[in-house]
Formats: sequence, C-alpha cells, structure tokens
Amino acid sequence: MPNITLIEAINLALHSEMQRDESVVVLGEDIGRNGGVFRATLGLLDTYGEERVIDTPLAETLVAAMAIGLSTQGVKAVAEIQFSGFLYPCVDQVVNHAARYRNRTRGRLSCPMVIRAPNSGGIHAPEHHSESLETTFAHMPGIRVVAPSSPSRAYGLLLAAIRDPDPVIFLEPTRLYRLFKQPVEDNGEALELDVCYIDREGSDITLVSWGAMMHDTRLAADQLAEEGISAEVIDLATLKPLDMATILQSVAKTGRCVLVSESPRAGGWASEVAANLAEHGLLTLFAPVMRVAGYDTIMPLAKMERVYIPDVERILKEVRKVFEIAPK
Amino acid sequence: MTTTDPATRKVASYDIYYTQILNPDASINGELPAFARDPQQLRAMYALMVQTRLFDKKAVALQRTGQLGTFAAALGQEAIGVAIGHALKQDDVFIPAYREYGAQFARGVPMSDILLYWGGDERGMDYPQGTAAYHDFPLSVPISTHVPHAIGVAYATQMQDRKAGREARVVLASCGDGATSKGDFYEAVSSAKVWNLPIIFLVNNNQWAISMRSSRQTGAQTFAQKGLAGGINGEQVDGNDIIAMRLVLERAIQRARNGEGPSLIEAITYRLHDHTTADDARRYRPEEEVQAAWERCPIKRYKAWLEAQGHWTAADEETLISEGTASVEAAAQAFRNVTPEPPEAIFDHLYATLPKSMQWQRDEVAARGPVKGGH
Repeated sequence: MPNITLIEAINLALHSEMQRDESVVVLGEDIGRNGGVFRATLGLLDTYGEERVIDTPLAETLVAAMAIGLSTQGVKAVAEIQFSGFLYPCVDQVVNHAARYRNRTRGRLSCPMVIRAPNSGGIHAPEHHSESLETTFAHMPGIRVVAPSSPSRAYGLLLAAIRDPDPVIFLEPTRLYRLFKQPVEDNGEALELDVCYIDREGSDITLVSWGAMMHDTRLAADQLAEEGISAEVIDLATLKPLDMATILQSVAKTGRCVLVSESPRAGGWASEVAANLAEHGLLTLFAPVMRVAGYDTIMPLAKMERVYIPDVERILKEVRKVFEIAPK
Repeated sequence: MTTTDPATRKVASYDIYYTQILNPDASINGELPAFARDPQQLRAMYALMVQTRLFDKKAVALQRTGQLGTFAAALGQEAIGVAIGHALKQDDVFIPAYREYGAQFARGVPMSDILLYWGGDERGMDYPQGTAAYHDFPLSVPISTHVPHAIGVAYATQMQDRKAGREARVVLASCGDGATSKGDFYEAVSSAKVWNLPIIFLVNNNQWAISMRSSRQTGAQTFAQKGLAGGINGEQVDGNDIIAMRLVLERAIQRARNGEGPSLIEAITYRLHDHTTADDARRYRPEEEVQAAWERCPIKRYKAWLEAQGHWTAADEETLISEGTASVEAAAQAFRNVTPEPPEAIFDHLYATLPKSMQWQRDEVAARGPVKGGH
C-alpha cells in the first residue's frame, strides 16, 4: 500500500475513476499539460487525452457552467478551481443552476458534477488564495459540501463525490496537501457521504472539525491525552447534508463539546452545529458548546494569516473553559 | 481609427451582415429559400406564430384575472421562436431564455406547461418524454447565466456524436440584448470557438431590457459584432421576418453541423408588450414608438404576403383562430384542473435521494398537509 500525501491521494482517485468510468472528464485552468497548480491532475492528460482532460479558458464562471452543461448530458464533470477565492464567480452557477436543475425539472435534468478547490490558508499564498468557503456553499440547498482531512479520506470521499448523482463542492485542505502521508490503497472503494467520521474515540469531550482544522484538532487531542483528558474527535467530512446524529451521540457520551472551524465565526458552519446541539443536545451537556473559529475579519495576507487561523493554543483555551465550568 | 504612421498597420477588419427577405410592406428582397416555396411549411409557420400570439393573449388575461403569476409575453417576437422551432432538429438541444414559446411549442412543450411554470409550479419545466423538448433546458430567468451551459452541453454532444460517428447535434442558446452585457455571455461567446463547438447564440434584440434601451447596454454598433471578439461569425437578421429568420438560423445550424463551429445571430425585433405583466412600459417609452413598431409586426407582414401568394385565405384564418383559441382554452383548463403536488414534493427532487438528515423536515411538511395561501 503506497504511503502518499493528500494531494497524491486526490490524483490517485482521479486516475482511478477516469480509468474505471469513461464518462468522467476533468476540466479547469492549467489542469492538462501543467497538471494543475497543485499538481492534482498530474499525468491525466497523457493517460486520458485532451478530450477528457480539458484545459479551459481562464474563466471561472465558465468552468462551473461548463461542468453543468456536461453533467446534464451524462458526462460526469470534475472541475477544478485553482484557489478558493476564485470560487466566488462559481457561486451563481452552482446556486442558481447546478443545485436547481433536478428540482426545477422534477428530475428530468440533473447535474452529477464535482467542483474541487483548495480551501483555507496557511501556505503563505497570495491574496484571495486562502479563504474558507465552506459555509457559503453549505448554506445552499440542493448540493453537497465535502471536506476531506487526510489522504485516505480524500481518496475515498472524492470517489464518492464523483459517483454521487448530485453536485458536490469538494473543498480540499490546502495546507494539508503535502503535510503528512498515509498508506492509501487504490482499491476503488468510495467512502460514505452524508456521514461524519469518528476520527478517534474518547469519553471526556467531543471536538468537532473538518478540513484543514482537523489537523490542529488532532494535535489538540494529543495534548489533552497527555493531560489525562480523553477527547473524541469527529471529522464532519460531509458538511452538507449534516450528520448531526453522530455528533449528538458523541456529546451524549462526553457531555462537552468544542467546535473548530477556520471560516469566520459569525454565521459559520460551527454555528449551525452549535444551534443543533442547543436544540437537541442541551440536556446532555455539562457546559456550553464553545466555538473556535476564524475571526470575523478579511483573511489576512501571508504575514498575519496565522493570527487569523485557529491553532492548538486557541483550541485548548476553549477546551479549558469548558472544563472550568464542568470539571471532569 | 485611421493612421498614416508607417509603424502602425491594419491587421484585421470585419464586416457585419444584415438579412431581410420579407419587408414590413410584405415585399420580398432577393430569392426565396427552398422552404419558403413549400406552402405547407409556410402555413405551418404562420399557424404557430398565431398560436403563440393567442397563447400570449390568454396568458396575460389569466394573469390579469388573478389566475396566473407574473408572465413574460412574447408579443411581437413570435417569428424568432417559430423560426427556432422549425430550424432545430429533434435531437438538437435548446437552451432558452424566456420569450421563445413558439420554439418550445414546436418542440413539444404543452402550452399548459408554460402556464404551470408562470403559475408557480415546477412541473411546468418537466417537459414530456418522447418530445424534442424532453432533453431541452427549461426557461431561464436569471439573465444570461444559462448561456455558458451551452459550452458544456455542446462539448458533451460533440464528444458523444464523434464517438458514435453520427451527425452533430446543435445547441442553441437564446438570450436578450440586455444579457449581452453580462460576463456569463462573454465567457460563453469567447470560448465557443476554442473547441469549435456546434452552438448558435441567438440574441433576441427586442430593443428594451425592462426600461433601458439597447443603446444603454453598449456603445457597440451592433450586438452581432460581439461574436467577432470570440472569433465566431456574427450577423444580424430582421427578427420580425420569419423567412429571413429561419434562413439565417438554418445556415448557421448547417455550418455548425458541418463542423464549422459556432455562430452568433442578432435578431432585431421589438418588445410590443411590457417586460412582464408586473411592468408598465408607459413609464419609460413613448407610445408613438410602440405604434410605429406595430407597423413592423411579424405576423401582419407575413399574413399579407401569404395572402398575396394565394397561400392563405380568410377561411383559413377563421379556422386557425377558432381552432387555436380552442386549444388555448383547453390548455388554460388543463392548467386550472391540474392536481396540486403534495406539499412534501418540495423535497422530492432536491437530490436523487433525500439525505437521511432531512427526512424529518419532509415528514413535518407531509404531516401538516396543504398550507393556506399555497394553491
């Protein structure tokens, strides 16, 4: 089983599914000869040819719209947007069209498509390259929002996203692309969508996160373990639709919960999880649910991005507040 | 610009052509195309234009009597929809804006579906299986955002048709003059020739984008020339002349089928009705202008010519109006009689399968039953 990085796992999943399913095409800016700005599509052009590996003009609205058009004709389009900030021009297409064709036509047309994009900061990239867009999409009906947090989950979730009959926004954690390796078997097995993954089991507190912040959340859990606190770590994996059942079950066991998100705090997806916990889990909680999130600021440029992005220290600070209110 | 500077030279120049065969006074320019020498086809086109107008009138009446929601009329623009309907083949793909009812009727959309749609029922976009419209796109309200879908659709059909060794299907996306101001339009027009896609971009220039004249959309002399910048043929046609309209469309469609790539057609017409039933055009345009536009009405001139050719009689007209009115009344009745969808239908086509986590919402709606102020 090869030991590979997250970006290699994305690449492996694309190769694997294009090999298996002739109706899969990839499209985007610089994804052919160049292999994509992060090299996610490396080698696809040579293996599958120009017709199925489509270098598009430099137009993000077009990329999303083209994926819509392709997918309505039975061609499974996997589009790449180079950087998260460039996803905004796609919002109109995704929300007004991709999400709606099935519903509008009562099932006559549908959009089995994926838009992949790197998400979140931490790699000292230029302006507009480091935003966290999950909430922007997760709020919208008719689509799925998926955010992998490890090479194996990236492989399995991307296969699932491509096979899903509805549009999937697949947000890849940019700073985890090459941060660590994991053994990933190219077995063509998709992971389940619409469910959270219990990353590690614990009994004292539930830590919930997704995407890049999962890494810091895992490190925080390591630190807590050293202090004798057993944290259960949950990876949302699919943000929309949201699997609250898994989270509620965990919180019923631990009685404590901290949510960790990189996207801005106000109205963020952590708030959605917190609201659900307030409605359905309040009586199982020993302490208030705390959110660790990006500040309600513009994503700073490289020099100050670490001021913005939550880290282990900020996660532990909220965890300690919880244990102050409800000691173990 | 002109220059005498020897360091600066002309590297490209372009022409924009305008085609008009049937003049407003019912006289003819040049030779008639083959289809215009076939009385059966001529009569069919006329019947569909009139049918469109009868439908339009009924839809506006239904709205005015509180039986239909906001409706966008096609009044004065019937030739465009009918020409599209006659020029496209069964397997071609039509991606409409929202004033091409004639094309949709020709492709098998029942009039009652259009009423259902404007009456606030999604089932009005579920066109019947077995018709050409079954693989067409539904009306698109947000301006121009549907146009770049043609790129993906045509890329897919080109790939599939080549592989199957069959004749190329053509994709036709229509939009208004106002739509050409949007980036979505430009991204589509700019990229279509990159893959030499079999696409027709049809710009319905009806002179008005709600309250703004087409001269307030761009400083360009024509909308047709917007194709040139994408490396594709752009031309104008009298959109109120059904014969020229169909001819220019059929030429462009044939070029696309032959592998000669995309075209942009600017069809010049006039929006005789308000933008929608929620609009009052008297607020922004002079009545004399509208009166003058009625003189260029596509149906009036075509009828006069057909009669002069001996292809149409007063008796034909009487039959057409009486049968057309009956079919419109039947459509209105079918629309009124439609069984409401159960409230939980709002969940049933959101995803292929409703996510488990949303099931409780559907159950809640189903248990509550019909809500006041709905149907």
